[in-house]
Amino acid sequence: MIKDLAKEINRNSSGKSCTIMEVCGTHTMSIFRFGLRTLITDKINLVSGPGCPVCVTPNIFLDKAIAIASLKNVIVATFGDMFRVPGSRSSLEKERGKGRDIRTVYSTLEALKLAGRRPDKEIVFLGVGFETTAPTVAQSILMAKREGICNYSVLCAHKTMPEALKVLAEGEGLKVDGFLLPGHVSTIIGTRPYEFLARDYSKRCAVSGFEPVDILESILMIIRQDRPRVEVEYDRIVSKSGNRRAQSVISKVFSKTDSEWRGIGKIRNSGLKIARNYSEFDADLKFRPKVCPGAEKTACICGKVLKGLKKPSECSLFAVSCTPENPVGACMVSSEGTCAAYYRYAR
Amino acid sequence: MCLGIPMKIVRLDGQEGEVEAGHLRRRANFSLLKEVRMGEYVLVHAGFAIERVKEKEARATLKMLKDVGYSG
Repeated sequence: MIKDLAKEINRNSSGKSCTIMEVCGTHTMSIFRFGLRTLITDKINLVSGPGCPVCVTPNIFLDKAIAIASLKNVIVATFGDMFRVPGSRSSLEKERGKGRDIRTVYSTLEALKLAGRRPDKEIVFLGVGFETTAPTVAQSILMAKREGICNYSVLCAHKTMPEALKVLAEGEGLKVDGFLLPGHVSTIIGTRPYEFLARDYSKRCAVSGFEPVDILESILMIIRQDRPRVEVEYDRIVSKSGNRRAQSVISKVFSKTDSEWRGIGKIRNSGLKIARNYSEFDADLKFRPKVCPGAEKTACICGKVLKGLKKPSECSLFAVSCTPENPVGACMVSSEGTCAAYYRYAR
Repeated sequence: MCLGIPMKIVRLDGQEGEVEAGHLRRRANFSLLKEVRMGEYVLVHAGFAIERVKEKEARATLKMLKDVGYSG
């Protein structure tokens, strides 16, 4: 089936080059894990985008989390992915080594339970992720409010995908012909928020599932489009309107804000902050962590990698001083980062 | 990070319960979906069910994940 699809793609590829960006870290990993790039014609240039939330979280967020973790009677709870990401001067992993109470959790529910069990401690959850994760964090805040759990708060760095796609579509440097759109972000937001990509920027799009067959079928959909539009390959999960209940939880608890993306810079309205009605759960307001801007790691080209402008192998640090064991940039830390994918599967 | 696994609802206590995929059994919250039922398959992300999945499709995905030893 995979080989047949790859043949079909190669047959349909008109001979003209076509650059398709996958904007989801899980897609990146599937493409590398199954060697999909090697199966299809090199006329189709697959580039990885900024769809790994860990990779685009800026230093200052980590610095704030570390500053909060150093306060007395605080337990920081985080998804495991964030644990080794370097901030300006340290990482959560290193801080735990120094005795800070930093714990990895599988979900916000665990953090909330911890808050219930430890009324003597402040539990601060690190809210990182796109629209897939944001409703789970929003729901934890609603539950904390309902149950009167006052020692729970969230340091919020959620980001939203359509605004970042707009920046990529406007494309300084790299011309993308089509996008493989993220399957599980779309489960929540549906497909309407992407329609501007086809309408205003003539980008051909397909919302893709994560299995190799899904990804190849999505590529085929994109190259077969006679006019730019947003199609859904992952229609067993994704609907046009998305999960309305999750959307309403997001808009109840969060409001839109400008957000800093590591390597890309500030993108207007691309972030979520905790809305005023729930400000008692905003760890940034509760603890007002003091951080000063740290030194940038100038040789690291994560920013260009995240925009699809450079390949990891073009970085002087790649596989030399930056490895999964000793990562310099976030794209090497995260298991879904482009550098980690290249290191593991394409060196 | 946006990984979601199709899992079967094997226990339901109000808006929470347990879900199962192969040997993996976990607590899950169903409050982001309208009225779930025992035995239904749902896509689970970070402890929350975020969408329903048809049984046939859930089984096919789980088989694929098992075949490739997916750990991500």
